[in-house]
Amino acid sequence: MQKQPVAMTVNGRSRDGLVEPRKSLADFLRDDLLLTGTHVGCEHGACGACTVVIDGEAVRSCLLLAVQADGTEVLTIEGLEREGAMHPLQQAMRDRHGFQCGFCTPGFLMTAYALLSERTDFTEEEWREELSGNLCRCTGYQSIIAGVRLAAERLTNGEGSL
Amino acid sequence: VKPAPFEYHRPTSADEAIALLTEHGDEAKVLAGGQSLVPLLGLRLSRPAHLVDVNRIGELSGVANGDGLRLGATVRHHTLEASDTVRDGSPLLAAAAPFIGHRAIRNRGTIGGSVAHADPAAELPAVLLALDASVEARSGRGTRVIPANDLFTGFLSTSLDVDELLTAVLIPPWPTRAGWSFHEFNRRSGDFAIVGVAAVVRLAANGSIDGARLAFLGVDSRPVRAETAEAVLGGANPSADLWSEAARQAAAELSPTSDVHGSATYRKHLAGVLAERALHDAHRRASED
Repeated sequence: MQKQPVAMTVNGRSRDGLVEPRKSLADFLRDDLLLTGTHVGCEHGACGACTVVIDGEAVRSCLLLAVQADGTEVLTIEGLEREGAMHPLQQAMRDRHGFQCGFCTPGFLMTAYALLSERTDFTEEEWREELSGNLCRCTGYQSIIAGVRLAAERLTNGEGSL
Repeated sequence: VKPAPFEYHRPTSADEAIALLTEHGDEAKVLAGGQSLVPLLGLRLSRPAHLVDVNRIGELSGVANGDGLRLGATVRHHTLEASDTVRDGSPLLAAAAPFIGHRAIRNRGTIGGSVAHADPAAELPAVLLALDASVEARSGRGTRVIPANDLFTGFLSTSLDVDELLTAVLIPPWPTRAGWSFHEFNRRSGDFAIVGVAAVVRLAANGSIDGARLAFLGVDSRPVRAETAEAVLGGANPSADLWSEAARQAAAELSPTSDVHGSATYRKHLAGVLAERALHDAHRRASED
């Protein structure tokens, strides 16, 4: 099948490639751009591990073709770090032991990042609802909720910015 | 879980998309939000030779409220839950939207895609039945309007022709003195409903029921309207006994199947319970309207 050119901004850098139309954005990020922080779990939209932020919104990168992301602005887990230091969301998750094996973590963080860019005053119940599209098989979720709530609290108090 | 190869088309106008569908017929599939189609491609349950991506067709993405709501086929589920225009024009639609999948799914999934996919456990097809909505379909032969009642023909099947593009969903103006309700039951938030129900109750000036709509999801190979129960409700005086009798009748007519998520008996029971709650809630809202 004829490959097609794609160009997008990934974590602030212009990136392009030549892909088969059937290639998912997740596979393009991982295999072509070597950004392996985005994890592929179920590959059919159920687990949330592959969640990235596209034009400001959380999206399953396994359910988007790379060719569909042409011209968009993509933020992946690799884009959170700031000059070698952890992003406030990453720091808060670390402080609350919000990961164990870490497989689901990129998806949780990118989902939480998109939510926090809308507002920071989610209740615990709202966090649980909003993060229910991401599966974790280790933590039992308590520490993840604690982590995102700590991040929200710090952002609300002006300790760091998104 | 990788799709079989296909040729990708990205038209920028509905005419261009329709020309592609006309040319490729049943070899082509329309790609809207992709939240159902892409998994089917990955599992190779669907193997189209051509994929027609309609996401960049500007004329399909509009939300307008004039004589009823006109929602372009690629309006995202998140827009349905967040847009004031949608909430004003159809509060039931806005209230049902958050039940669809999860936020990341709703950011991409579209109303036209959900309706054309016609999953019997999906929220929007049943909601369209309860709203007496229609869809607009365009092909090389012209434009036609298909009432939701005539659209859902079976499991993942609609009366759309292979060369037709669903371009918009049309929802009649929200009636006065009307109330709505949407209930669904599932094991985890965001899962497909085991059973769900959408209800609209319209009151006459004297407080009796002018008309009612009750539609179920998850109980058959397609969304189902409970017409017998609707007939029982029409003209009757609202009461707790009436909700319970109408819900019993509605459930009695259903013939759900058993699967890993629940037995047929359980689904029937659940349908009655949810219908009773939905009628009660819809009537309460109608009384406040």
